[in-house]
Amino acid sequence: MNGIHDLGGCHGFGPVEVEQDEPAFHARWEASVFAMMFAAGRAGATGNADRFRHAIERIDPAAYLEDGYYGRWLGGLETLFVEAGLISRADLDGRARALGAAPSARVASRTQSPADPVTGYSASGCRRAIATPPRFTVGSAVETTLTASPGHTRLPGYARGRPGTVVAEHGAWVFPDTHAHGQGEQPAYLYTVAFDGRDLWGPESEAGTVVHLDLFEPYLLPKVPCS
Amino acid sequence: MSHDHDHDHDHDPSSPALRAEALEALLVEKGLLTPEEVDAVLTQYGERVGPLNGARVVARAWVDEAYRARLLEEGTAAAAELGIKGGPGGQMERLVVVENSPSVHNVVVCTLCSCYPWALLGLPPRWYKDPAYRSRIVREPRAVLREFGLEVSKEKAVRVWDSSAEVRYLVLPERPEGTEGFDEDALAALVAREAMIGVALVSGPAVTP
Repeated sequence: MNGIHDLGGCHGFGPVEVEQDEPAFHARWEASVFAMMFAAGRAGATGNADRFRHAIERIDPAAYLEDGYYGRWLGGLETLFVEAGLISRADLDGRARALGAAPSARVASRTQSPADPVTGYSASGCRRAIATPPRFTVGSAVETTLTASPGHTRLPGYARGRPGTVVAEHGAWVFPDTHAHGQGEQPAYLYTVAFDGRDLWGPESEAGTVVHLDLFEPYLLPKVPCS
Repeated sequence: MSHDHDHDHDHDPSSPALRAEALEALLVEKGLLTPEEVDAVLTQYGERVGPLNGARVVARAWVDEAYRARLLEEGTAAAAELGIKGGPGGQMERLVVVENSPSVHNVVVCTLCSCYPWALLGLPPRWYKDPAYRSRIVREPRAVLREFGLEVSKEKAVRVWDSSAEVRYLVLPERPEGTEGFDEDALAALVAREAMIGVALVSGPAVTP
């Protein structure tokens, strides 16, 4: 999806701010969100990491930027618990208001009805053996697809429709684009693809920059050399 | 005339702190969570897991050439040799270690979320998860590294690794000069988290006059 989470290459966020002597958690509620992530998994609300990531991607875009890392997790968890039918939207809103939230308080989560099926993993980890051979090998010239599906994907916007070179092949892995939506693991080969900075950012790219992405085979097409 | 405080962030009634309190209370009432679990998370992740594991890997690679070769070939297995395993949520099913050299500087990011080698480096710092780093390091890595105080010479290529799948990346920094007699523990003590993400180099020991 073309969401706010897809930040690579965006302008306007200013300098990186480093916090000195940063604690692991800035407040108890951040650790609470962390614990609720485990609780969501136990309760069968998450299903798999791809679904969790997609729930975070779907939250209110303003909340995504404003609420911080654990705030984003919280929005995703609210979505997952509501979609699993374990907590109702009314209960969440009611409890928040009882604790002092204004009736107009922004709701971060974006639930779907009906929600995608919740599916787990068929085996431990995300790597799978598949019968078909990989389409590409180290050294293959490839081009990424332009597809911008409304669902989950791990092909960032900044690297769509760009030429690159395969520099590593990692075997087949659970395909996030289907797994996040309860459409099965559909394992696909995963490659590390190197992109010259100029092919991503144009001639004004910083010299000598190579950006690497780990990309699934369905994101890649063979690049036909110009003759 | 009333004064509008709605834009005061600290008192924003929709703040995530308040919403987290609401969700936690509902989950506790439904028996899906206990407050003790929150305390356990505070202890486990706040104190126990830290960047030390990554520093041990780096130090071993600096003193043991055969280990360095195995680490660059198959990172997960090499980390396991030191008893470091990913496990569920540990984010290390496939670890790729990328080596800095006189001609290459490596730096790691996750532009789409905040993927990070937890088992080696603990929880990521806030800046790693913030939009500024995630948006800029792929577009203008040298400019961002300069803000971290790291000027990468023009002779060096900059390789950015955007962790867009389940592979996790660790930078193997260059061993600093002046550490020839150091043992592994002394070397590991020099290796900060930032150097293993790639936004810093490892500095040698302070020179005493």
